[in-house]
Amino acid sequence: MKTVALIHRLSGVALALFLPVHFWALGKGLALDQFLRWTEQPLVKFGEWGIVVLLAAHLGGGLRVLAIEFLDWHEWQKSLAAIAAALVFGAGLAFALAL
Amino acid sequence: MWIAQRASAALLALCVTVHLATIVYAVRGGLTAAEIFARTRGNVAWLAFYTVFVLAVAVHAPIGLRPVMTEWLGWRGKSRELLLLAFGLLLAWMGMRAVLAVFA
Amino acid sequence: MSATLRVSVWRGGRDGELQSFEVPRQPSQTVLDVVTHIQRHLDPTLAYRYACRVGMCGSCAMTVNGVPRWTCRTHVDRVARNQTLEVRPLRNLPVIRDLVADMRTFFDKWERAGGHFAGASTKADDFARIAPASAERKTIDAGIECIGCGVCYAACDVVKWNPDYLGPAALNRAWTLVVDSRDTNAQRLRAVAGDAGCHACHTHLSCTERCPKHISPTAGIAGLKRAVARAELDGKL
Repeated sequence: MKTVALIHRLSGVALALFLPVHFWALGKGLALDQFLRWTEQPLVKFGEWGIVVLLAAHLGGGLRVLAIEFLDWHEWQKSLAAIAAALVFGAGLAFALAL
Repeated sequence: MWIAQRASAALLALCVTVHLATIVYAVRGGLTAAEIFARTRGNVAWLAFYTVFVLAVAVHAPIGLRPVMTEWLGWRGKSRELLLLAFGLLLAWMGMRAVLAVFA
Repeated sequence: MSATLRVSVWRGGRDGELQSFEVPRQPSQTVLDVVTHIQRHLDPTLAYRYACRVGMCGSCAMTVNGVPRWTCRTHVDRVARNQTLEVRPLRNLPVIRDLVADMRTFFDKWERAGGHFAGASTKADDFARIAPASAERKTIDAGIECIGCGVCYAACDVVKWNPDYLGPAALNRAWTLVVDSRDTNAQRLRAVAGDAGCHACHTHLSCTERCPKHISPTAGIAGLKRAVARAELDGKL
């Protein structure tokens, strides 16, 4: 349980650091093609996949928190960690296949 | 702040799901700027969607970082709040700039 | 099962070190048996706490191989790694000596969270009528059996990271009182809200995992979060 929470926190921090970069790139407007060519590089592709996984991880962990805080307590809530992980895996796979 | 965080979280859960699904769909087989802009420029619906997305993020990210600063960096007090506010405003500004560049 | 156990025990205060002992193994031996053996036969200067030794009082709580537990209810067979054991005082609390932790902050925070019942009726009033099966009573019953052993407090990461945090036990007790229709303390919600209160809980669930009475302080704290939000939106905080 603690590991899920830790992943949730670390993915959040990573995303918070990544977002300004993401916004900066998109704000480039007409120069986007040049930037997009740079993103074709495999290392960057791996980075993009990493971002998607971080986002899915944070979403999964976040849904777990919302479920525990807003729904009445049930034993199955302890298993939410596993469900969150499944979501993450799914998202990572989908993105990898789409590339 | 707790309410704002949970409300923005719920909103983002939806936005992120839509965003991820859209990106996975759009990215199939590669992307150029022309392709992107052909679909997005002048699209008011997506403009509205991403504006909501950006503002929710600008609320959610700073509040999320707050306990990390207290618990892992030992940072408390006014300076922390000011830094987080500045970060939120930065995200909102850069985010809207990006949204307008892509959708306006 | 080999004949002896190698046990590392914390000696000293905050500054100290682990001391090694060889303890003969017995069938159905508990960690409390082991510590008692050390103090009675090997080193009488070892300081430790226990009382009932049957899992009712919570006095014997210590850190066993990194995990907070009731030592009287921890069988050596279940936790020994390669015939070794490491016993330390409860985490997140100052150490008085050896295996004895200073519980004062734990109980101070209990008070700060408004952890005692504040009733308004007198001898002249009739009994309060609360149905045992009512939603209110069921909610309270789920959290009322806490005996203040400190295991959840020792297990909590937020307590470790934030010295002001009131902690799972204090907040859980506050929750059982907030829900109680007989209680008249209107200030308690304010006492448990904020950066040192329920909002600092990050749902790691370490408390719920380790509680020997199978209480879920996380559930109680979630209840407090909702109650505080509701009060804030109603303008009542």
